[in-house]
Amino acid sequence: MTEVDKHGSRPQNLGAFEREPEKQDEEKPKQGMIARYCSLIFGGTKSLLTGMKVTIFTFLNPKSTVTQQYPENKDTLEMKERFRGQVIMPHNEDGEHNCTACTLCEKACPNGSINVLPTKNIAGKKILGKYIYRLDTCTICALCVEACPFDAIRMGQDFELATLNKDSLELVLNKKEGRWKS
Amino acid sequence: MSFFGTIWDGVGEMFDAIFNGDWSKENQIGATVRGWCGENETLADWINAGISLATLAAIASLSAMVLVYFERKVSGHMQRRLGPMRTGPHGIFQTLADGIKLFFKEGFRPKSADFFTYYLAPFIPMMGSFMILAVIPFDQHLQVANPELGIIYVAAVAGLAGFGLIIGAWGSNNKYSLLSGMRSGAQMISYEVSLLLAILLIVLVSGHTNLQEIIKTQEGGIFNWWIFKLPVLGLISFVFFIITTNAELNRTPFDLSEAESELGAGFHTEYSGICFSMFFLAEYVNMLIAASLATTLFLGGWHAPHPGLDYPGLGWLWFGAKTSCIIFLYFWFRWTFPRLRIDQMMDFEWRFLLPASMVSLLLAGVFMSMGWYIGD
Repeated sequence: MTEVDKHGSRPQNLGAFEREPEKQDEEKPKQGMIARYCSLIFGGTKSLLTGMKVTIFTFLNPKSTVTQQYPENKDTLEMKERFRGQVIMPHNEDGEHNCTACTLCEKACPNGSINVLPTKNIAGKKILGKYIYRLDTCTICALCVEACPFDAIRMGQDFELATLNKDSLELVLNKKEGRWKS
Repeated sequence: MSFFGTIWDGVGEMFDAIFNGDWSKENQIGATVRGWCGENETLADWINAGISLATLAAIASLSAMVLVYFERKVSGHMQRRLGPMRTGPHGIFQTLADGIKLFFKEGFRPKSADFFTYYLAPFIPMMGSFMILAVIPFDQHLQVANPELGIIYVAAVAGLAGFGLIIGAWGSNNKYSLLSGMRSGAQMISYEVSLLLAILLIVLVSGHTNLQEIIKTQEGGIFNWWIFKLPVLGLISFVFFIITTNAELNRTPFDLSEAESELGAGFHTEYSGICFSMFFLAEYVNMLIAASLATTLFLGGWHAPHPGLDYPGLGWLWFGAKTSCIIFLYFWFRWTFPRLRIDQMMDFEWRFLLPASMVSLLLAGVFMSMGWYIGD
């Protein structure tokens, strides 16, 4: 079972889409015209029936519906893992995060939405001072998450991000001046 | 007695005739009206004609509304969606709301469109639908008109729908519309040939062109319907009939005339408001008609699957049930199959469907002369 299947976004019964690898022309047995005509017709009918099987399966199983009635089911809203909301920085119980202030995400961001401001700790080692993330210019492309070698940032699940104040879209993701958790 | 008292008594008498009358001999509504008018038969005919026309109008608009709603629900569930859910419980008022919106929408005519053809076109498919609806035998005595050449009449009038599309497309002076109109014209003419051959097969084996007589040849249970009565051949020609009517209705996989990805909205690109809804209404009424014809020709019309279940006056329930099944089949096809390309469609008709229906017609002749029937 693939990653996509697990979250139920595609039909489990993929019969219509599965294809046998096509043979090369040389390997095909030579067919007469009538045999080819018949195989076209019966093969076509079979593939149409396979498609009809898929649609009637989804029609007769209302549980397979993926649509959610969003404003009504706010409390029981079921989010898929691959959903991309705003960028978040996960913290552990001690308020520590994985960020080393390497600024790879800043370089990966096409919009300049991320500014990593490093600082130095008492031992003179470079640590993260402020992780500034501007939601207003972010396109939720997840390039920063892909660039991050330490799994310090992720795409969150929160999507109700509308606000009346533009200034509130400039976020600081780290809770305190961090250090790489040991 | 006051005027309203008389009317009330008349309504009571009508209800009594409808529910308690003997439906096996004649239409009780018409008989009651004739009873009221007594000797004045012209008046009775006029009143009966008015009642029939009102009923047809009600059937057309109500069935279109119900069919649009069910089409949207069925398509939603086939695509793992829910369909309309907001307007009323499970969206049952959605089509009503859409209809009201369309009714009050501005009818917009392009400056260069031809006034006469542009405004004439939406009414032609609707007119054709009404004219066919008048001969559909919903029950033994529930039919507005019963011409002797019923099925020929249907085949002749069915051509009007394509005519409406073509002149609408021509009149709206739009390239996309014109292409769509030409496509639908070619498609309808091509597939009408196979459709008529499928109809002709039934006319051949039943020996009647009258729709009621065709139904009466299928009396006596499910194995006397033409779909099963002719072993295998009936099923094959039923499939041909469904395919060709699907093409005539311009529904997927043959919806080339309104291929959204290629032609905007096809022939009704330039139509809005009530003119557009006329096309839309005709499309769905035509689907009802095609399903009714399939029921009449192949599925025994108003006969029950078992002779013991036939009650006079309740045949329309069986008719409706069978028609609904065929309509569901159309929904199912539409939301499963991808659209054909124009050359594939033409190939399919002229290289496969037409020879195959001719061969099946020949075979039907053989079957008939040899007496290879199932059932009585």
